[in-house]
Amino acid sequence: MTADRAITIFLRLYIGVVFCFVFAPIVASFVFSFNSDRFPTVPLGHFTLHWYETIYNDPDVWDALQVSVLTALAVSVVSTFIGFCTAYTDFRYKFFGKNAYLALALLPPTIPLVIMGLAMLAWLSRIGMSGQIYSIMIAHVVMCTPFAMAIIRLRLAQMDPSLEAAAWNLGASEWRAMRSVIVPFALPAIISAMCLTAAVSFDEFAVAWFVSGLNKSIPVVILEVLQGQVDPQINAIGTFVFLTSMTLVVIAQVLLMTRSKKEQPA
Amino acid sequence: MTDDTAGRIADPSAASSARGRTGLYALVWRVPLLVWQFLFFVVPLAFLVYLSFWLVKNYRMIPGFDAINWVKMYSKGYFWDAYYLTFAMAAVATVVASALAFPCAYALSFKVSETVRRWAIFFLIIPFFTSYLVRIYAWQVILAENGVINGLLALRDLGPVAMLNTKFGTLVGYLTLCMPLVVILQTFSLANVDRNLIEAAHNLGCGRIRTVFTVIVPLAKVGLIIGAVFCFILSFGDFVSPYYLGGSRPPTLSILIIDTTKSGQQWPKAAVVAVTMIATLLVVAFAAVGAAYRKPK
Repeated sequence: MTADRAITIFLRLYIGVVFCFVFAPIVASFVFSFNSDRFPTVPLGHFTLHWYETIYNDPDVWDALQVSVLTALAVSVVSTFIGFCTAYTDFRYKFFGKNAYLALALLPPTIPLVIMGLAMLAWLSRIGMSGQIYSIMIAHVVMCTPFAMAIIRLRLAQMDPSLEAAAWNLGASEWRAMRSVIVPFALPAIISAMCLTAAVSFDEFAVAWFVSGLNKSIPVVILEVLQGQVDPQINAIGTFVFLTSMTLVVIAQVLLMTRSKKEQPA
Repeated sequence: MTDDTAGRIADPSAASSARGRTGLYALVWRVPLLVWQFLFFVVPLAFLVYLSFWLVKNYRMIPGFDAINWVKMYSKGYFWDAYYLTFAMAAVATVVASALAFPCAYALSFKVSETVRRWAIFFLIIPFFTSYLVRIYAWQVILAENGVINGLLALRDLGPVAMLNTKFGTLVGYLTLCMPLVVILQTFSLANVDRNLIEAAHNLGCGRIRTVFTVIVPLAKVGLIIGAVFCFILSFGDFVSPYYLGGSRPPTLSILIIDTTKSGQQWPKAAVVAVTMIATLLVVAFAAVGAAYRKPK
């Protein structure tokens, strides 16, 4: 069956091609960030740390980093909390209108970012809450909660529902069962959700651009530099942003993977 | 309203407290989402619809209820040009992404071990959550007139080929945005296809290609369509690729929103565009989901 063999090899190579396409811009940005040319092309220029020095000495970048980190931290805590509450509600209760409730929980990522941005800007400025750091946080929580909810819900689905009931039977109150049974079981997913929502918030540029006013986050700075001309600083900032969000996403995934593997019945 | 504890019976006191009125404990978990998403998701979107009926006089927005923005916007040729362009580009991106992703998802589902598949998905999830903006900037450098690809072509005395600021550039951007997600969703649905049915088709003398299109694709239909829908939604709403890779002229609807919003107090007009976009996406999504779950005759 040489034809089969050839098809298999071809298809495996094709996987490689798709991965090249997906990772090409990430690798390119990393390479260009150490490249001396202002307009990178092949052959490459020489190695330099110039672009990193430039951003290191740029106070605007540090201000933006502060906004981004503060936002990501607050968003990860709040959206994971709301996501946990929602996942637990879905896990345990049936009630009238639950489908609408779940739609509310999961729909935000399907709304185009520009429209979210415009709606947020219009509404928040109407109630006098636009142009602040907390404006970005508010909008990001809306967008991140679905991810947190989904991760924690998947984790709860792995739990034997009778565990909670067993705790009640042993005399634990609902609150006590939550603290001693549900939360410890969901903990890897909770931490995972915090990492993932932090990554989403740290990378989000569109809605932040609309509502942030003068409090620019890192992605908004990138967006505004992009509107000028080619500037290799972006690659240096970009590499830093890539490493940050990749680390968070990898931690988020590893947390979910290792735990579910360990608990699989032999 | 009655609550069921999802078919679990605990001690009588817990059961009764859960069965009667919705207790404090249940509300504590239910309310945070309702409050937050109502205040900062439902209301802003509803307000956007309302805003589209406001008036703008002397560069000031005046609350009102007048269809003038709708009439004006819908009578503009450039609005409809943008609409058709956006729709067509998103549709092309959806077809191209689905077609390019399918062999990859097929290979990941049937031609590699489960471990490889799991790691492949692990790595595909990463770019989905990794700065889209910086990736587009990297493409800008790669595709530019004096960029990497044209540099490579020049080594062979070819080119330069114009890729940046063309529809091709926009398409590359859309694919960057959508490919990881489409491959993941397709792989999930293909990997769940019952191997016995494929085996049976082969045993009955069905050729390879025919098996793919008459057995595997129909069985994986739901996942394939959902992947396509997400690709359409993401491409339809994206402004970064058409702006930075497509050259922003002619504008897509999302660029129109930005231009209209950032040019002073024209928010009501931008709201008209935004509401039109949401309506379009709803129609497309419902039509596609309907097609996905329709029973074959």
